Amino acid sequence: METLLKIEDIEKYYGNKSSLTKAIDHISFEVEKGEFISIMGASGSGKTTLLNCISTIDRVTSGHIYLEGQDITKLKGNELNKFRREELGFIFQDFNLLDTLTAYENIALALSIQNVPFKEIEKRIKEIAEKLNISDILSKYPYQMSGGQKQRVASARAIITSPKLILADEPTGSLDSKSSRMLLESISSLNKELQATILMVTHDAFTASYASRVIFIKDGKIFHELIRGKDTRKEFFNKIIDVVTLLGGNLNDAL
Amino acid sequence: MMLCKLSLKNFKKSFKDYAIYFFTLILGVAVFYIFNAIDSQTIMLEVTSSTRDIIKLMTNMLSGVSVFISFVLGFLIIYASRFLMKRRRREFGIYMTLGMSKGSISKILLLETLLIGVISLLIGLGSGIMLSQVMSIFVANMFEASLTKFTFVISIPAIIKTVGYFGIMYIIVMIFNTINVSKCKLIDLIYANKKTEKVRLKNPILCVILFVISSCALAYAYYLVTMRFNEMEAMYEILIPIAIGCISTFLIFWSLSGMLLKIVMSLKKFYYKGLNSFTFRQISSKINTTVMGVSVICIFLFLTICVLSSALSLKNSLNANINELAPVDIQIMKTLNVPPGTKGYTNEQIEDSKISILETLERLNFDSSKYFTDVIDTKIYATNDFTVKDALASAYDEVIKSYPLLNYDTAEAIITVSEYNELARLFNKEEISLGENEYAIVADFDQWVNIRNLSLKENIPITILGKTYYPKYEECLDGFIYISSNHINTGIFVLPDDAVNESILEENILTANYNALNEEAKKEIEQRIIDLDKEEYTKNTSISASTRISIEEASTGLGAMVTFIGIYLGIIFLITSAALLALKELSESADNKERYKMLRKIGVDEKMIHKSLFWQILIFFLAPLLLACIHSIFGIQFCNIILSTMGTDQLLGSILMTAAVLLIIYGGYFLITYYSSKWIIEEK
Repeated sequence: METLLKIEDIEKYYGNKSSLTKAIDHISFEVEKGEFISIMGASGSGKTTLLNCISTIDRVTSGHIYLEGQDITKLKGNELNKFRREELGFIFQDFNLLDTLTAYENIALALSIQNVPFKEIEKRIKEIAEKLNISDILSKYPYQMSGGQKQRVASARAIITSPKLILADEPTGSLDSKSSRMLLESISSLNKELQATILMVTHDAFTASYASRVIFIKDGKIFHELIRGKDTRKEFFNKIIDVVTLLGGNLNDAL
Repeated sequence: MMLCKLSLKNFKKSFKDYAIYFFTLILGVAVFYIFNAIDSQTIMLEVTSSTRDIIKLMTNMLSGVSVFISFVLGFLIIYASRFLMKRRRREFGIYMTLGMSKGSISKILLLETLLIGVISLLIGLGSGIMLSQVMSIFVANMFEASLTKFTFVISIPAIIKTVGYFGIMYIIVMIFNTINVSKCKLIDLIYANKKTEKVRLKNPILCVILFVISSCALAYAYYLVTMRFNEMEAMYEILIPIAIGCISTFLIFWSLSGMLLKIVMSLKKFYYKGLNSFTFRQISSKINTTVMGVSVICIFLFLTICVLSSALSLKNSLNANINELAPVDIQIMKTLNVPPGTKGYTNEQIEDSKISILETLERLNFDSSKYFTDVIDTKIYATNDFTVKDALASAYDEVIKSYPLLNYDTAEAIITVSEYNELARLFNKEEISLGENEYAIVADFDQWVNIRNLSLKENIPITILGKTYYPKYEECLDGFIYISSNHINTGIFVLPDDAVNESILEENILTANYNALNEEAKKEIEQRIIDLDKEEYTKNTSISASTRISIEEASTGLGAMVTFIGIYLGIIFLITSAALLALKELSESADNKERYKMLRKIGVDEKMIHKSLFWQILIFFLAPLLLACIHSIFGIQFCNIILSTMGTDQLLGSILMTAAVLLIIYGGYFLITYYSSKWIIEEK
């Protein structure tokens, strides 16, 4: 397998000299193409900061992040936007759908800002909508949809540009357990069928158990790593719970 | 104390949000002060007493207009404070969850309004006082007076008035805010920002139908005010096209906001390109939620354009008319042969009405041969046997249908052809030659020319003292008898010299130039004539005079007055409408901030966002302006018809001036709005 994302000894500090917070403290890891990785940690462990640094929303204090060999910590201004637009797909906890646009238009926006011709947009939306089972809600507005539907539309928007990496920030955070399950099934099928590389941040062991690898973060450092291997989801989930307990019960809302 | 601190901090923090509101208030205060202080600016002008009177009249009218303007500004301020309140609902929600009472929140708002009020009044008055110094040059120019000495004038009454009017407005705003806060529910306040907008798409077929109907209605209204204006029978009829215009303006915006989106959406290639889908959704939702506001703004802009362009053109054309319409220095009029017992005349005056002007002047010890040259003595005849109705004869039935309000029982004025020709030579008008039983009509008041042409075309004969005359021409001839500033000659019948006799002699006119070489000497003679009014004998004679100098002054004064009132109203309307649009746009940028954040997250360039923002604001500002311009094409024509007696030849120049004013103020507001919106949505 070839390496897609390489994180090399990154640090992120907040605050000033008198009160320095190390949100990320020397983290390094690699992500292979087609992997589905979960990053777990309690609130304040630095997992969202890590995601923000990878997504170029935030800047690292030191260290390098390479996506297919390109150092994205060196990007500036509109290069950043172009990078985000063309190489990354986002799924957010609060969906981030534009409330004035229909589901169709929301998905189309991701392509139209890349100047994809309309014929192509139409074709790709049709394909992705079938895969994510949202064909019948394409003409609806966000306020007419349930949370699960919204998140699947957001996933469609994230995947439709065929990004190198999909970043998901607590994708199930605003969903009930049934919707979460449906969404996670969809995401892992995207991972399997389309070989999409997914990096997901969560504090929820159930959500994390859908991934192929889980990285645990505590106080800005990598605390532990679990690889699913041949385990069933259930077995993997139990292993995760064990680590969570070890981490100090900060994640006792895992179930 | 804590509340004080909070409001001060709020004020500082949200200063940039308030900028447009604040700027508008300052502008409003300054304009209000400048126009109410005009009369003290004129003190340093060297003007005659008649101009002084006009200035007094103008000051009174300006203060009358100010009352109306304070209503407009009051409406704007209340509307604006409601917008700002909306923006801060969440903030108030937090105060309330922390246990602050509604009373305390009201107090915060009260203090903030007070703070904004006092500061805007101070800055507004300060800049108003500065600008009004510049204004005095403009005032001098308008009244064609020389600025004798430049003094720095501060008008205390204008300051008191401005403070008073704005004070009342601010107090009303405070009351409104308090009511508003007391009606708020905590739940709404907290979730104020979370409420997502429901998109209601209008029925496209209904939109198209309404659009077509309202466009037709509008065209009909245009037709009424321009082509059919002359046939309007009563003043209230003008309300019909105005009402149609207002309603169809509203309906056009209502239907257009629905239709526009549908049309753009059907252009799939265009719609799904870049941020177009987002941009058009934004515009459509903006216009959708403010159809009423946009319509009001459109009408305000329309008023601005009409008022400004008419007012500006009036002044120029008034002056241009005088050279043509007052070609001599003086004309003295005296009513002759007043029947004994006529109301309004004393016995002495009736007795005196038997003697001519020249004799009267002699009795006043005024040596007309010394002061006057080119003297022409003219007699006007009239008889109750020959009224307007008689003159129109068979055309009367048709004319009364179109013009029912005219007085048809007035006796027509008659002049003999040789006396008319004498005047015509002096006035540089065409001379007339008539056959034995022919007559002609001289007129220059367009509406009346049309009326009289009707009867002339029908070759209607008239009977004077038992003898019948036929029209020589099929149309009225251009000309006049009395000097004036406008085309107001409704028609004078020119008849052969033997057609009239002493028995129907009505008026004596003495037309003359001053026997003087320069303006100074002319002014001296003018003063001599004005002084005649003080003579004891004047009381017993019904003599009057109009002079070129007084006509010039009156016309300049009138022009200046109309121009000032027009500019005053125009600027206030313009500021109000631009501010309303700007505030609406800015009050939404908080919501929009979230949307732009999302766009950035999915990787939209700043450049694309700015472009989208620019188009959103531009279209929002242009939509009402465009319809207002279309309205104005017809509105200005309507103004032209109304003001036709005054002459509005130089319309193009004034339209260009109006466009410049519009561009500066409206364009300025557009730019400020664009840059503040950009600032608000920027990531920090």
